[in-house]
Amino acid sequence: MSTTTTPSEQGAETETEPLSLVEAVRDGLAGELARDDSVVVLGEDVGTNGGVFRATEHLQDEFGPQRVIDTPLAESAIVGSSIGLALSGMRPVAEMQFMGFASPAYDQLVSHAARMRSRTHGQYTLPMVVRMPYGGGISAPEHHSESREAAYVHEPGLKVVTPSTPTDAKGLIAAAIRDPDPVIVLEPKRLYRAFREDVPTESYTTPIGEASIRREGEDLSLFTWGSSTQPALAVADELAAERGIEVEVVDLRSLSPLDIETITDSVRKTGRAVVVHEAPKTAGVGAEIVATINEEALYSLEAPVTRVTGLDAPVPLHSLEDFYLPQALRIREGVLETVEA
Amino acid sequence: MSTHDDPKPTHRPQPTGQRDAEETASPPEDMVQVLSTDGEILPGAERPNLSDEQLLEMYEELVLARRFDERATGLQRQGRISTYAPMAGQEGSQVATSFALEDEDWLVPTYRDHAAKHAHGRSYASLLSHLRGYREGYAVPDDVNALPEYIPIGTQVPQAMGLAWGFSMQGEHDRAVLCHFGDGATSTGDFHEGLNFAGVYDVPAIFVCNNNQWAISMPVEAQTASETIVQKAAAYGIEGVRVDGTDPLAVYAVTRAAVRKAKHPAEGERRPTLIESCQYRLGPHSTADDPSAYRDEDDASGWEERDPVERLERYLYREEILDDETAESIKDDVEDCLELAVERAEAVETDPGRIVEHVYEEPTDRLREQLSDLAELRERHGDEAFGEVGE
Ligand SMILES: Cc1ncc(C[n+]2csc(CCOP(=O)(O)OP(=O)(O)O)c2C)c(N)n1
Repeated sequence: MSTTTTPSEQGAETETEPLSLVEAVRDGLAGELARDDSVVVLGEDVGTNGGVFRATEHLQDEFGPQRVIDTPLAESAIVGSSIGLALSGMRPVAEMQFMGFASPAYDQLVSHAARMRSRTHGQYTLPMVVRMPYGGGISAPEHHSESREAAYVHEPGLKVVTPSTPTDAKGLIAAAIRDPDPVIVLEPKRLYRAFREDVPTESYTTPIGEASIRREGEDLSLFTWGSSTQPALAVADELAAERGIEVEVVDLRSLSPLDIETITDSVRKTGRAVVVHEAPKTAGVGAEIVATINEEALYSLEAPVTRVTGLDAPVPLHSLEDFYLPQALRIREGVLETVEA
Repeated sequence: MSTHDDPKPTHRPQPTGQRDAEETASPPEDMVQVLSTDGEILPGAERPNLSDEQLLEMYEELVLARRFDERATGLQRQGRISTYAPMAGQEGSQVATSFALEDEDWLVPTYRDHAAKHAHGRSYASLLSHLRGYREGYAVPDDVNALPEYIPIGTQVPQAMGLAWGFSMQGEHDRAVLCHFGDGATSTGDFHEGLNFAGVYDVPAIFVCNNNQWAISMPVEAQTASETIVQKAAAYGIEGVRVDGTDPLAVYAVTRAAVRKAKHPAEGERRPTLIESCQYRLGPHSTADDPSAYRDEDDASGWEERDPVERLERYLYREEILDDETAESIKDDVEDCLELAVERAEAVETDPGRIVEHVYEEPTDRLREQLSDLAELRERHGDEAFGEVGE
């Protein structure tokens, strides 16, 4: 897309400030609210309260209650009205407070948002964004830890992105808002405040549909996204230091569309692959990646592709969360098994 | 662990099938009230059909609830339980609605209805155990007709309707279903769909909206443009009653009448009722919430003096049902009961195998495989190795 700019393209002069992922989300929203009057932010507690994770903190003070809107408690109406807003010429950015509570909006998303363009043969399009904090690891109550990315990736007409760094969070939010199609932004809540990074202060977009190679390696490709990227990188560093195994960590960033070229190029280079995700294994996005590798790069493989994932069970309450999530230990085992196969 | 280790309440009303005297309590304002804030029976109101012993038991439940709330908040601050939803200011309504139920009636509660669950037979130890991160705490003892708490807002309303519908389909006319939810829930589609079904199929259900004035940061005036919640009942052809939720006797009276009507409607009377129980959430939405971001400290003025525990206490002193000695011994009992509950909850142990248990009646082959992989890893590396790396 012609509007796409990446911070790296802007040279060494770029001014930055250290932001956490959640602050970068807010920065991205603020930038787009300032840049385009048709952008509105809406959702439960996003205004006065600044969002339960503070992702929209102070935005209402800055842009007023007409642009940053506290809504009644109704996910279906939040997304349904966003569809109407987009049809009217606005660019709504709706927040689902937690992915686990987006289910009432699922009908609006899959039955309508996903297919307005195809239904009307391109006459109407929906430039709208739905943000959802997702994933576990924060000892939250029931229904607060889900990773349901596959449900949305499976739906033609929706785009799905998930950042794993503050820089990408800001850029993906901006790209999603400027995108002419409905985009779901999955925000890994475990990483909201996990670390800070120098993020360009100016406005930029991170292209949707492009993966990011977080760490180069020759021995194995590790595909992951969002919340699992940090433990994956930690394991890669550990294995390089301890055993000289060089793992290439590919953060997919965009789950729909998938960056098939980066995936297959990486597998062609390394000959081995592991997919790591937090969602349950069965019919997860990992299965799609393995199938893609089979279709495009099977003959480059020196070992079967391994999946390290959440279990095929509801996310447990926190006493057992460490056993459920694809932790470093399981990622490490998955890599070693694949390298030694 | 036994999840049912506190003594079972003995307060149950007698199923009579007849109108209780309290139904005649007439509202001084547009809310039904029985007690003044000073604990006097208001002119035109009557003491509900509760014995002195039952009233003392209700009072003890309230004291216990208030202390549980303080204790749970403290445990959360110490990192011994996860996020907790406080109920201070709301326990009067919770206890009174459960007191109006009989054993065979069903309770459908939310994450904030700790006292309602306890008064209907759950133990505080089991409620604490899920807050400690053990799903075991969701298991409801077989002899308690209650569902575990609902966290997704509003979803329980059509389910409670269906539960009541099922009982009447099967000719079990001695069962009513009481469903709790907040003011925020009344914005959800599920609330409207559930109430509409309830009216259409005339089911024995009582829908209790605990209007605590806030849905996290949203005041009820911003949640709905209708003047009251209770007027929504009219849209579905069911009865609506607005009650002072900080007046336990009034809540008992209206709920008891609704339960009676659900099971034994008079000629032409409709079974379902929507009760709007007006109260105030004195504390934060949850231990993860900071209300200073959205409401002023003095917002609660007018509500703080309507403390349900003190209101009943004043009445009981006035009627000489309670004296200092009894109050002191109730306090001591409550502390002992809570001590034991915490001890029991903290003794719960779990096993990673539990993750894949009860997903289906039998674990699938894949679940078995996932479990045995996990067991093998534990064997080799120990549980400590499962901790997060990279954060
Ligand atoms: C479907 C759904 N959306 C969002 C949430 C997040 N959330 C938890 S409690 C709450 C407010 C609920 O307010 P209310 O219904 O008035 O009940 P209260 O908590 O005040 O008792 C919200 C938005 C949720 N639990 N479920």
